[in-house]
Amino acid sequence: MTLPSRRVRRIPLNAAAVVTVVVCLFPVYWMVSTAFKPSRDIQSAEPRLVPYTWTLDHFRRAVQADGFELFWRNSILVTLGAVLLSLVVALGASFAVARLRWRGRRQFMLLVFVAQMAPWESPIIPVYIISRDTDMLDRLPTLTLVYFMITLPFTIVVLRGFLATIPPELEEAAQVDGCTRTGAFVKVALPLLAPGLMATSLFGFITAWNEFAYANFLIIKQQDNRTLPVWLSSFQNTFGTDWGATMAASTLFALPALVIFLLLQRHVTSGFAAGAVKG
Amino acid sequence: MPAVRERPAPRVHRPPTTPPGRRPGRSPHDLWPYALIAPAIGGMLYLLVYPLVRAVVISLQDFRLRQLISGDAEFVGLRNYRTLLSDPRFWEVTGRTFVFMAVNVVLIMVVSTLVALMTERLRRVGRTVVLCALVLAWAMPVVAATTVFQWLFHSEFGIVNQSLTALGFGSFDRYPWFANGTASFTILVLLIVWQSVPFAAVTLYSALTTVPAELYESARLDGASASRIFRSLTFPMLRPIFMLVLSLEVIWTFKAFVQIWVMTRGGPGDATTILPVYAVQTALSSQRYDLGSAASMITVVLMSGVLVLYFRQMFRQEDDLR
Repeated sequence: MTLPSRRVRRIPLNAAAVVTVVVCLFPVYWMVSTAFKPSRDIQSAEPRLVPYTWTLDHFRRAVQADGFELFWRNSILVTLGAVLLSLVVALGASFAVARLRWRGRRQFMLLVFVAQMAPWESPIIPVYIISRDTDMLDRLPTLTLVYFMITLPFTIVVLRGFLATIPPELEEAAQVDGCTRTGAFVKVALPLLAPGLMATSLFGFITAWNEFAYANFLIIKQQDNRTLPVWLSSFQNTFGTDWGATMAASTLFALPALVIFLLLQRHVTSGFAAGAVKG
Repeated sequence: MPAVRERPAPRVHRPPTTPPGRRPGRSPHDLWPYALIAPAIGGMLYLLVYPLVRAVVISLQDFRLRQLISGDAEFVGLRNYRTLLSDPRFWEVTGRTFVFMAVNVVLIMVVSTLVALMTERLRRVGRTVVLCALVLAWAMPVVAATTVFQWLFHSEFGIVNQSLTALGFGSFDRYPWFANGTASFTILVLLIVWQSVPFAAVTLYSALTTVPAELYESARLDGASASRIFRSLTFPMLRPIFMLVLSLEVIWTFKAFVQIWVMTRGGPGDATTILPVYAVQTALSSQRYDLGSAASMITVVLMSGVLVLYFRQMFRQEDDLR
């Protein structure tokens, strides 16, 4: 086979690759470029693929919108709270599963897997009623608890996987040298676990950051306690036909997730996030 | 390489017959492990099991706005289920749910298999670029993506209508996509396929890379055609992962609730109402908490069939729960 003919044979393949890349990236690109275009270019009959002039007006309007800082802060608080809580709880549980032997371990992991796959949108009605009965409606801690539960199963599964790759002999050696079991774990295994903890918490962060359904239905009257996804979904009501500002708000909201995914690309492409994070 | 769980979790250096008492905390009657899992169990009981039980109870009660406030609901047996099952609208919604699921899942599986096969054949640079693009599309938050799609399909200034008009399809000039049931349904399918393909393609691709190259070579030496190689070699090797991804996508169709709620709220009319949307509409918008709970119980039962399939596949894949 000569070289040129092989190159010709690869044309359909490369064309398909180009189409895939364009289809994947175009909506993301269009969001960002609309956000930077002046309004008269957005509302013109002839669309421009690349903005002629760039403007930060839309970002300014999005940031100055009512309560933007407040919702940003709410999102961060709820998300961080949920991730930290599930990290602490999952660390204990995954230690028990990966290092200790006890009756019911198999059943416990089965429960975790079922919880991981559970259709989280289904119990929204009873959760609404329960939080109403317990006076937890319209409050951020409710959301924190729900997100904690949504991220917990995934965190347990992943941390258990990471722990299993750390030889228990390391901790045993530290125990022989006079450490307590907890001390050995904290001083020996925990530092080795750091990358796993980091990656897991970032994926948990994205899951909680993006969550919409519970935030929408559990925060109703207390509009100050809304989170960013809910704010974004009602953005068009506030800003009407101002698509520039809407796209600027979307960009600001999507940015953390996009950055985290690109940073963790190695984990993502090896199937790391499967089963838990889906956009 | 297991796709649905991040690490193969090799049980290194763990002889199954550890003499009891060699390590502290190893005896099966020790309370330590139970203390460690207690918070996780407590959380799952209160936030997953209890709501599910509560949903079952509410679906057997007469539970409306009045009962929500006064809190004394009466048991009415299976009346809510009877009401639902004799409601033609409920059957329409159920039928639509299956159509929606089938269209989405078939498109996702076909497109992502093709993308995975393509990515494997690319050279290194091209492969990296495609994987990066897939990851970016995957990372896009659901609400942001939904908003962007609304903008892409905007009737007057949307790029889709402008491009279609420029290409000579004059009928798309200011075509109001979200006023037409079928058009809204199509946009939602496009959105969900766009968001789901990256995960499926990346997972299938990483499964493809585990097929040894020698197998392809010997098949090619034996004169097998490309489609024959896929049918007799690639697909059988991919099968377990393929089935896992397939059942995940079926389950995840029910998460389309968010896209539908943000974009159309189930409208126009009922055109994009699928079961989860119907349940929430009935419960939280019309205050028929009993009927809504019954509808979501039916959804859970329908879905658990797929869940059982998924778990059987997963446990066959790796006996990891010893």
